[in-house]
Amino acid sequence: MTTGGVYTEDVVDERLAGACHVFFVRSPLAHARITSIDVSGALEAPGVIAAFTGADLADLPAIPPSAAGLMNVEMQQRLLATDKVRYVGEPVAIVVTEDPYQGEDALELVAVDYEPLPAVLGFDPDDSSLLFEAAGTNVAGYWGDRSSLKDDLFDGCEVVVSHTIVNQRVAPAPMESRAAAAVWGDDGRLTAWIPNQGAQGTRDNLITRLGVQEGQVRVITPDVGGAFGAKFGADPEHVVIAWVARELGRPARWTETRYENLIAMTHGRAQQHTITIGGSRDGDVQAYRLEIVQDAGAYPKIGAVLPFLTILMTTGPYDIPSAEAIAKVVVTSTTPIGAYRGAGRPEATAALERAIDLFATEAGVDPAEVRRKNLLPAFTEPHRTKFGALYDTGDYVAGLDRALEAANYGELRTEQARRRASGDARQLGIGLASYVEITGMGDGEESPPTENATVEVHPDGTATILTGTSPHGQGHATAWAMLASEELGIPVEKITLQWGDTDLIPEGGGTGGSRSLQQGGAAVQQASKELIEIAKERAAAELEANPADLLFDKARSAFAVAGDPEAAVPLAKLAEDERLLIRTVFTQPGATFPFGTHIAVAEVDTETGKATLLRVVTVDDAGVVLNPLLAEGQRHGGIAQGAAQAFLEEVVYDPDGNPLTTSFADYPLLSATEVPSFELAESVTPTTYNPLGAKGIGEAGSIGATPAVQNAIVDAVSHLGVKHIDMPATSQRVWQALQQAAQPGSEQK
Amino acid sequence: MTRIELTVNGEKQSDEVEPRLLLVHYLREVCGLRAANVGCDTTSCGACTVLLDGQSVKSCTVLAVQASGHHVVTAEGLSADGELHPVQAAFRQNHGLQCGFCTPGMVMASVGLLAENPHPTEEEVRVGLEGNLCRCTGYHNIVRAVLAAAEAQAEAPAGAPAEAEVTA
Repeated sequence: MTTGGVYTEDVVDERLAGACHVFFVRSPLAHARITSIDVSGALEAPGVIAAFTGADLADLPAIPPSAAGLMNVEMQQRLLATDKVRYVGEPVAIVVTEDPYQGEDALELVAVDYEPLPAVLGFDPDDSSLLFEAAGTNVAGYWGDRSSLKDDLFDGCEVVVSHTIVNQRVAPAPMESRAAAAVWGDDGRLTAWIPNQGAQGTRDNLITRLGVQEGQVRVITPDVGGAFGAKFGADPEHVVIAWVARELGRPARWTETRYENLIAMTHGRAQQHTITIGGSRDGDVQAYRLEIVQDAGAYPKIGAVLPFLTILMTTGPYDIPSAEAIAKVVVTSTTPIGAYRGAGRPEATAALERAIDLFATEAGVDPAEVRRKNLLPAFTEPHRTKFGALYDTGDYVAGLDRALEAANYGELRTEQARRRASGDARQLGIGLASYVEITGMGDGEESPPTENATVEVHPDGTATILTGTSPHGQGHATAWAMLASEELGIPVEKITLQWGDTDLIPEGGGTGGSRSLQQGGAAVQQASKELIEIAKERAAAELEANPADLLFDKARSAFAVAGDPEAAVPLAKLAEDERLLIRTVFTQPGATFPFGTHIAVAEVDTETGKATLLRVVTVDDAGVVLNPLLAEGQRHGGIAQGAAQAFLEEVVYDPDGNPLTTSFADYPLLSATEVPSFELAESVTPTTYNPLGAKGIGEAGSIGATPAVQNAIVDAVSHLGVKHIDMPATSQRVWQALQQAAQPGSEQK
Repeated sequence: MTRIELTVNGEKQSDEVEPRLLLVHYLREVCGLRAANVGCDTTSCGACTVLLDGQSVKSCTVLAVQASGHHVVTAEGLSADGELHPVQAAFRQNHGLQCGFCTPGMVMASVGLLAENPHPTEEEVRVGLEGNLCRCTGYHNIVRAVLAAAEAQAEAPAGAPAEAEVTA
């Protein structure tokens, strides 16, 4: 609060003294063959130490596509492009300078000759211009088989609606862009400071991509200025910085500009959905089909895996008798797609909640009623969906009703009717979204999710926790200390949390997928309890008593003999002769499935198309809440990011593949004036999968809010003939939809 | 190189700098004050906001040479004698930060905002902070924090340290 966090660029460390600065020459073209690269001009510039191209890194392995076995193996990425560039922003060469300002200057002096090739864009790229000639196609792979789709899926449905909609590409845009600082010691070990979401995963990526031995890499995690899914692992740039430090035998640093961040950090979403939904006139949904095209960007990274999660959550919280989902993954000459808050699940919810609204409109049934009619009834035993997801606990109807009540839904509809009747230029829209999502996923049911924790009590009465999670704003230092304090009787302010240093904490799953509290927190609680058991043995020896006769008095943080409170020994004293610590691993039976309903209220100016978000009311039931302030903070941030996708944010490319949203002047990152304060209603349905009863809360907001806000904007103008507006529902798009709907005889799409 | 003389957090500074050196880089690299962050290239994000003669400015858009002869206050200079400034205290109390990257700038912008308008409405706070971007909080608790700070300052006795710091 007084000095700011210590982010990677702020790290002052004697090992980094005299560090050089690395700058990336990036492709200005979407798709081109590299015919020559000449770094000689840059080498003569003031302060330039060295310059390298892909040829210099030829020994390092290429990065294979994600989803091994499903994606085309020819679609590999070099750390620096060699023969071709495949998106604007792809790293082509580097210059290394003494001073950062010199690097900015010298970049301009690297001469790269390109032979431009046609850009590959959109959700249906043909193969006339191939990003990877060896692959012979721009289709990276498939999830599911089109031939499995049933011709008769919608037979017997009185109402069937089909629509193709876009879940647009957005930028994670953490306020701290990417960075790295790296140095190799005399012992041949790399120490790398990298903002990340899990140091252990980042370390493992560096080991693989540098081709070094296990044990040769130490990753240290400074404060991290936001991540949102996009800071997992090590990116090519991080590997290059480590390589430069080794090649030049001196520490190296890199901090990307916002321009670089917006074109070269992975983007999120980028799916096209063809949704078909059918059911009865009275609002019973009987069949649903979701056909996904995932634009993976230039290289199939995590983006190629997102459809797996989307398909898994196809039917969301609803009981739909017949449902199908398939996906095709394509590569395009754009920035690769990665994880972004929710990663695959928001896409499923957005498609389904739009489908439910389209169906409700067509059937002429209130959208709240359609939801209530089709939500799964409350369950306490795990529920297996057709797509294989195993929902732990849920009471979706209660969540919907609580949200409707908190929003005063009936009055909102009355006000809407009043404005419609009076022909008010400012029309009111009410949008609903019910969701269920996956948090704390493991690697399939054979490999359930785990996390480790180490708890140590010190002789001075303080305690230290080591965690395999990796907070960057979620407040683990507070929450984990609360959990340990509860067991150890040590005040929260005397408990220190450490994370993100792989030498200190060699194993860990990091923070992402809303997993941290339910697994990392549960591990801290379990370790604290186990530590008390160890300490009890020591206390028994100290007090010459039977362990069974000892009670742990949390108020004093001391063991006392039952019936003789004077005979006591403090926990801290038991750490004097021998360290009092324990490392434990908590295993959860499976993922947990938080759920809720979001209701957005938007006002649309029908003369300009401008939508103003008036209210967002949410129920986000993530089980038992440990720290309400922190949990609410996660909800607020998620709601804002979700809302921003609905009506503001989009990464835009021109027809030649040039990115048009390369700064915060062009990429409309949500600001304080574009959202209201949020109204959070409470609902608690505990999970039985961990002793805390907690599910994940990090992504819920971004999952519910997007379709709720989109539905609200469409709802505001639906009586004027508008059925759908793709995201982001900007003033221009809303206005165009209104114009189109007003054409005589037009059937708005 | 050009010589500049200015006051940073109450301390006199005199340095030779490149004319193109940005104030934010001067504060971070020359003065070693790293609370102000660089979050964009286009004066859009406000993570670098500091006070220049009591007014909040984005220090990425002020040259160090332009600050010569002026008073600069950064987040490091806001609190006195280990006491948090009321705005800092309110951000802490209301969980007005998550990752913390925007926070030094957000706090300085809020101090500047309250200096101009000590009793803002929620709408005025939102408009006043439009130039400061936050990706974590959805602004909800930031707005609450600024409103709480306004209330706390109104209750504080006249001439409290907070007021003095802003105009120092």
